[in-house]
Amino acid sequence: MALFKKKKTEFVPSGVDTTANAAITPEKDQPYALLGLKDDEYARIREILGRRPTSSELAMYSVMWSEHCSYKSSKIYLRQFGEKVTDEMKKHLMVGMGENAGVVDIGEGWAVTFKVESHNHPSYIEPFQGAATGVGGIVRDILTMGARPIAVMDQLRFGAPENPDTARVVHGVVDGISFYGNCLGLPNIGGETVFDKVYQGNPLVNALSVGALRHEDLKLAKASNPGDLVILFGARTGADGIGGVSVLASETFDSTGPSRRPAVQVGDPFAEKVLIECCLELYHAQVVAGIQDLGGAGISCATSELASNGGAGMRVQLQHVLKRDESLTPEEILMSESQERMMGIVPKKHLKAFEAIVNKWEVEYAVIGEVINEDRLYINWGEEEIVNVPPRTVAHDGPVYERPVAYPAYQDALNANNVHVAANGNGLHRHNDNGSELAAQFVQIISSPNQADKGWITDQYDRYVGGNTALAQPDDSGMVRVSEETGLGISIATDANGRYCQLDPYQGAKLALAEAYRNVAVGGAKPMAVTNCLNFGSPENPEVMWQFKQATAGLADGCLELGIPVTGGNVSFYNQTGDVAIHPTPVVGVLGVIDDVARRIPSGWQDEGHNIYLLGTTKDELDGSVWSEVVHGHLGGRPPVVDLSFEKQLAEAIAAASEQGLLASAHDLSEAGLAQAVAECSFRFNMGARIWLNEICERDGVDRTSALFSESTGRVLVSVGREDDVKFVGLCEARGIPVLRIGVTDNSGTLEIQDVAGWQLSDLRAAHKGTLAELFAN
Amino acid sequence: MKIGVVTFPGTLDDRDAQRAVRIAGATAVPLWHADANLHKVDAVVLPGGFSYGDYLRCGAIAAQAPVTEAIVKAANGGLPVLGICNGFQVLVESHLLPGGLIRNEAQHFICRDQKLRVENIDTPWTNQFELNQEITIPLKNGEGGYIATDETLKRLEGEGLVAFRYLDGNPNGSMNDIAGLRNERGNVVGLMPHPEHAVEPGFGPDTAVAMRSGIDGLKFFTSVINALVNA
Repeated sequence: MALFKKKKTEFVPSGVDTTANAAITPEKDQPYALLGLKDDEYARIREILGRRPTSSELAMYSVMWSEHCSYKSSKIYLRQFGEKVTDEMKKHLMVGMGENAGVVDIGEGWAVTFKVESHNHPSYIEPFQGAATGVGGIVRDILTMGARPIAVMDQLRFGAPENPDTARVVHGVVDGISFYGNCLGLPNIGGETVFDKVYQGNPLVNALSVGALRHEDLKLAKASNPGDLVILFGARTGADGIGGVSVLASETFDSTGPSRRPAVQVGDPFAEKVLIECCLELYHAQVVAGIQDLGGAGISCATSELASNGGAGMRVQLQHVLKRDESLTPEEILMSESQERMMGIVPKKHLKAFEAIVNKWEVEYAVIGEVINEDRLYINWGEEEIVNVPPRTVAHDGPVYERPVAYPAYQDALNANNVHVAANGNGLHRHNDNGSELAAQFVQIISSPNQADKGWITDQYDRYVGGNTALAQPDDSGMVRVSEETGLGISIATDANGRYCQLDPYQGAKLALAEAYRNVAVGGAKPMAVTNCLNFGSPENPEVMWQFKQATAGLADGCLELGIPVTGGNVSFYNQTGDVAIHPTPVVGVLGVIDDVARRIPSGWQDEGHNIYLLGTTKDELDGSVWSEVVHGHLGGRPPVVDLSFEKQLAEAIAAASEQGLLASAHDLSEAGLAQAVAECSFRFNMGARIWLNEICERDGVDRTSALFSESTGRVLVSVGREDDVKFVGLCEARGIPVLRIGVTDNSGTLEIQDVAGWQLSDLRAAHKGTLAELFAN
Repeated sequence: MKIGVVTFPGTLDDRDAQRAVRIAGATAVPLWHADANLHKVDAVVLPGGFSYGDYLRCGAIAAQAPVTEAIVKAANGGLPVLGICNGFQVLVESHLLPGGLIRNEAQHFICRDQKLRVENIDTPWTNQFELNQEITIPLKNGEGGYIATDETLKRLEGEGLVAFRYLDGNPNGSMNDIAGLRNERGNVVGLMPHPEHAVEPGFGPDTAVAMRSGIDGLKFFTSVINALVNA
């Protein structure tokens, strides 16, 4: 290797800030505050190095110690996901938290890895590229575990639909996901779209990917064998995504020119698709020890993490990096977040084979360094040493904060203002005795932007590619087959309700978990593991920190109760404009496993004359509900109660009924309660029904408003063929699941709710389907 | 029976097309873009995707690939060739089929279950259908709007070369609701919708009978096997 040989030509200093220079110029003023480092953080870097950092080192530490990369405000709370677990919960966990993505054993020698990540801020500045590169980033994370990505989903939160800026963000984000995701050949199997003015200046764009692998193909991104080569491959390194680091560039060089450093990355899905196939072939040929993706913090992150993970060191020649722009400074190269790049650790003896594969895919590469048997990361710029640090101090031993926490000043008043006392103590008005008013509310709700059909968005995504999609939007969960031989498959559902979390972040997180868990169960899969993407305001606001503390505790406690582990996740802070934070939005994703996807349960009615049963109990729980929002514009009170042990029982009952072939359909009840579920069940295959509410009201002691719109948890709507009736009811009763027949399907083209209304299904469907297109088409 | 399935960099539905070939009862042979050797296959499928990123124009770069040159030559000699979606675009760019494909009228990607009428069954890819049979297979594309000159359209219609026409709504603004074409000889067929995504119960479009049970696309592949067996 000719990486570090002295050149024959006469040595000319390049003017970069070297470690030698740093040692003799301790007094040099460094722009650490502009790079987001605090005084004590800068002092600690000086202490670690025993000198001031070079500008390259400063760039690395500043990015790696940022909130986004270091989790410095959230770390002390995230620990509980690893602590509140039993041995039983860990049984199927092959890789837990801390790696690029968790890995779960799903049986038959198969494993899956899944993760959700935020790309919120870039998606507000530049929605198209922000969303596109969000998809690209999460897919590369999955790839680093040795898995073939098999599906994507996205969780979107936009501002108020009527705000003119919302259309800009919606169009950009949806186009970006469509453009990038569709080009990768990964089916988009579901997600969420929510509109709320709290997200006006802070849209949330979370992207989830799931991958499958054989147990023996599991890879961990680490560099542990001295002598192995460090190879950067994929796209060339450019000036995108550099952001604040240009401060250093302008400091080092002439700073009179205009800034040419865009802070949002630009994606090329074709390059990513080729990279996916190339990496899978490299794994298959067993020529790489590990592969790390380059996302946030680029080469700084990849080199320090690979070395730190492997307990080794690395020597890197930065001038060997292939660049799109020859004028890039070393600091910029270290920080660049150019997309579609990977760093491979390749044993020397496999270099030829490695080259053959990347050449086949016409992927560019450069050997930029090698792994060394020393706890040190050395980076040279030509002959000059610009970085000399212990890799662990960059990658893993960043600062950890216990931020101040304060119970929000508004919280008590918010909780006290429930639906029974709002409207000057009168309570939100209910039209229990007025069928036509209830009917009007029903239509108003199912055609409101959040409850309306999301087809205008999801029909822009390819849900078919791969040929393994068993369930996708508008079903409760997305399901894909993993094994073509046996039909073994996985399903994923994600949920978050910011309104509930604003009312009670602890319960809100549990509610999101319960809903995602139930959504997986009603598809016929067994819930196995959890991932999350925690979207919050500023951690420097003690009230936000309280929300975060409560939500993480709720999620960890909930997972322990359900007996399913958290395998990984992501935190996004600073989602606020001025002092106003978004509603806490902890997106919770639950992974389920199904032994044969042929057994999956449809989410709507298909056959005439089936009985419709409501499982679970309905309470008067309308605080924070869609009804309170859409009909009354109200938010206050306390969210519905969660009973996770009942959720577990309910999921087991659904599984048992499904295994005996008793269920023609199953649909979860959540937002907008029974009304929404009934509407969606009829729309799915255009099958009408007659529904009666009186028995719900009598048995559960609730009024008709609650029967229709309450969001009580632990409820599922199922349809059962008449021949299976006795068996099904017996099964529920034996398991202590409240079961009540509330209707019958019929093919008359109508949906009738007794004493409320009878609609032509086509009219109702048009109202449900038309909303988003009306708002955003054109 | 060996049916080649081409992979260009950026091809996405190649594994799906291979699966469809297998389900129909033939052997799928992967063909690589840079390799002009067709490995003695009896027919070729050009699957969907974004070949070479579809930069320049959809299918334009793929039309220049070594494997495509070999396919064009073989097609002119009578080899059955089916182009699906991006594959259809490649056939048009290679002048095996006339006209062009432009951005959908709605200006965005559309994925939906699409009803079609099979209007020509005298091809190796459609002989198992009834004439004017209505079928439903998935459609998913961003640039599927078929265009041609008046003269070409008149010829296509007059000579019965429109193989598939959209029903229940034209999804992309295609002229004359054209979803797919055949060449004069009949061996080359191209269409925007995806038959390979409607070959296996449980993973196809919804039908009146059951969720995702539609397998109307399978007949494309059984047709070619039938044609080759009886050739």
